[in-house]
Amino acid sequence: MLGNLTLDALPHDPIAGGGAAMVVGGGLTIVIALFVTKRWTWLWKEWLTSLDPKRIGIMYLIVALAMLLRGFADALMIRTQQALASGDAAGILTSDHFQQVFSAHGTIMIFFVAMGLIFGIINLILPLQLGSRDVAFPFLNSVSFWLFIAGFILINASLVIGEFSAAGWLAYPPLSGIEYSPGVGVDYWIWALQISGIGSLLSGINFMVTIFKMRAPGMTLMKMPIFAWSVLCSMSLVAFAFPILTVTLTLLSLDRLLGMHFFTSDMGGNPMMYINLIWAWGHPEVYILVLPAFGIFSEIVATFSSKRLFGYASMVWALGAITVLSFIVWLHHFFTMGAGANVNAFFGIMTAVIAIPTGVKIFNWLFTMYGGRIRFTTPMLWFMGFVVTFTLGGVTGVLMSVPAIDFQVHNSLFLIAHFHTMIIGGVVFGFFAGFTYWFPKIFGFKLNERLGVYAFWLWLIGFLMAFVPLYILGLMGATRRLDHYDASLGWQGLFVVAGIGVLVLGLGVLCQIAQLVVSIRQRNQNRDTTGDPWGGRTLEWATPSPAPIYNFAQVPEVTSRDAFWMMKERQRGASAPRKSFSPITIPNNSSLGVAIGMLSFLIGFGLIWHIFWLACVGIVGIIIVILIRTTGDEDETELSAVEVERIDAAARHETRKKRA
Amino acid sequence: MVLSHARERIESDIKVTLGFWLYLMTDCILFATLFAVYVVMQPATAGGPSGAELFDLPFVLGETLLLLFSSFTCGLALLAARARSKNQTIAWLLVTVGLGCAFLSMELYEFIHLINEGFGWQRSGFLSAFFVLVGTHGLHILVGILWAVTMIVRLSREGLTHSTNRKLTLFSMFWHFLDVIWIFIFTIVYMIGAIS
Repeated sequence: MLGNLTLDALPHDPIAGGGAAMVVGGGLTIVIALFVTKRWTWLWKEWLTSLDPKRIGIMYLIVALAMLLRGFADALMIRTQQALASGDAAGILTSDHFQQVFSAHGTIMIFFVAMGLIFGIINLILPLQLGSRDVAFPFLNSVSFWLFIAGFILINASLVIGEFSAAGWLAYPPLSGIEYSPGVGVDYWIWALQISGIGSLLSGINFMVTIFKMRAPGMTLMKMPIFAWSVLCSMSLVAFAFPILTVTLTLLSLDRLLGMHFFTSDMGGNPMMYINLIWAWGHPEVYILVLPAFGIFSEIVATFSSKRLFGYASMVWALGAITVLSFIVWLHHFFTMGAGANVNAFFGIMTAVIAIPTGVKIFNWLFTMYGGRIRFTTPMLWFMGFVVTFTLGGVTGVLMSVPAIDFQVHNSLFLIAHFHTMIIGGVVFGFFAGFTYWFPKIFGFKLNERLGVYAFWLWLIGFLMAFVPLYILGLMGATRRLDHYDASLGWQGLFVVAGIGVLVLGLGVLCQIAQLVVSIRQRNQNRDTTGDPWGGRTLEWATPSPAPIYNFAQVPEVTSRDAFWMMKERQRGASAPRKSFSPITIPNNSSLGVAIGMLSFLIGFGLIWHIFWLACVGIVGIIIVILIRTTGDEDETELSAVEVERIDAAARHETRKKRA
Repeated sequence: MVLSHARERIESDIKVTLGFWLYLMTDCILFATLFAVYVVMQPATAGGPSGAELFDLPFVLGETLLLLFSSFTCGLALLAARARSKNQTIAWLLVTVGLGCAFLSMELYEFIHLINEGFGWQRSGFLSAFFVLVGTHGLHILVGILWAVTMIVRLSREGLTHSTNRKLTLFSMFWHFLDVIWIFIFTIVYMIGAIS
């Protein structure tokens, strides 16, 4: 009846038990708080079933930031273990638990933090920047989000019921095969990623159609804001790469579930094929994350330098070049496989070539600042921190693109330091910059500047302290994923420095939490009364903050790049002509997205624990939900012109009131 | 007012069609990956039989003809819908479903036959890849059949409306796409497998 699920699945040792207690306790606290404050109906109607991309975007951000804390807790455990476990000292974690912790750290940070943050920001900003009222398929957007949530629940359930994968964040076989990982850990990993990955794929299609078909009249592709371009490139990578992930995970689970022989080490199986397949997805994935961050930085540097972005066309071409190149470099993740000198040389050269379009972008950003009236706000600080760290990381990347050098540092801490420089210095800094920049547009008030500056410096110093020692340790021969090392190696000092670095970085995180609390409490002093708090250039600043449900009462007409800047230039002195209002159709809420997400969770949970009837319930349920959705007519409400005028007046009246 | 509704409808049609095309392209990459896996695994017979020993080409040719013909009848259903003939549309869809079911039964027969002979997916890497590639196509066909059945029910209830026409177009795109994939399976798996 319950497959492999027995009481033994509950956690036994104190640290794992603590994690489980936090998940269960946190969940129960939220549920009880909702009952006490009688907010269930509000949550359900205003948020969970909402098809408004602005709401969905905020939910993505909340989940991703919560997961950031969990991934950060994992990082703290890894650093503590490595700082202590030298010589006779065993550290705080058993080796099996340590393996679960670093596997969870990587999986969570990439799939549930970085992806969540990127999709959150895209949902919040892309339609506004395009001058559009919605995404192309609002319901599909909700389905994507709830599939992401299903994966999120699965990966957190593994803390309480059973265990998580101990096979690394990409679960290389044959270690991840059934023979060497007989438990449910790898299955949790597979299904959490599979389900949220399908959600990402659907989002990719959705945003591509949004960009192709829903731009404001007059906005040709080459007049699009550069962030929209970066999203287009990133989403086409999603559409190309995620099907490969879907296949790879399916094959691995078929090996485990049905005894097939794709990646086993006997009966014709080929583990190296898995490594090829997972990186044919995995390398583009890196660019899926970093391209939108490039887009965010491009918007910020132009706004805060009060200048047009330097080299718009070359920026677009650089994005396109990176998009194409990202598919022909995957082998650099395993030069040591032994593919032969010519193959390695090809992939090495292609990898080094990526530095060219990336360099073009760096120089474009610097030239945008040149001669501009620069305002050193928090987003701009994150940008400048990014330029330094990203260049540092890029240089070490080019270094490792040389196969002969890669053989020396392969799987060493040098590599770990390299990709953390790219992902923290690129994606995470990019997100923080974008979050601070667009915060007033999303919530209607600015974040506290002083605490933001503190957070930036603590992050930057902590980050350098945590990862520069890892570069050195890597060159000294320290490999990744060590739970213990010999005292005579003389590594402990550097590991301790790295550990202190993470603590400094943790202070930065505390500053950010304090920044949120203080900013919310002082929100009336920091209201964005104009809809344009920074002197923005693109269309998202042309509507009141926070944007009304339909985004724009009148669809803006675009004649050039930096459309909103041009509108402001043209209207200088003259008052804006009053336009008439017309009715706007908006999609109704739908609970079916939630249903699809939860049924997918049942499928995943059933397959993990071999409770096959539960998986069947999930599949049949999803078919029924799809039938319900497709038989019903388009479920929409029309706001009449009078209503639109009333909402618009309210948004603007509030704007005036706030100003007074 | 009426005009703006008509425009919204056309815009929505364009979005849905483009979105569906993009979905088909992602599905195409899914199959491309499976083909690549199959080609890598083809020599990995682990001492078991190779394709040349297992495949019965005339039988597979029969399957192929059934599927090709179903693509043709699916096209006829679309033409009938354009000609606003509800009954003909339903009739051709029924023929399409029938042919699809016949194709799927033949495929299942082949699978069961192989498993009974002791050549299931656990026998070798090659057979794992064979079952998964051909089986994934079969699963798509099953989804297509279910979709066509719901189309038939809707058509008989609602007639040829804007909404059913749109879904019919998408269904035919899906069905033709599966046909194209099958041509590749027939060539790469069966024909090349039988001669090598």
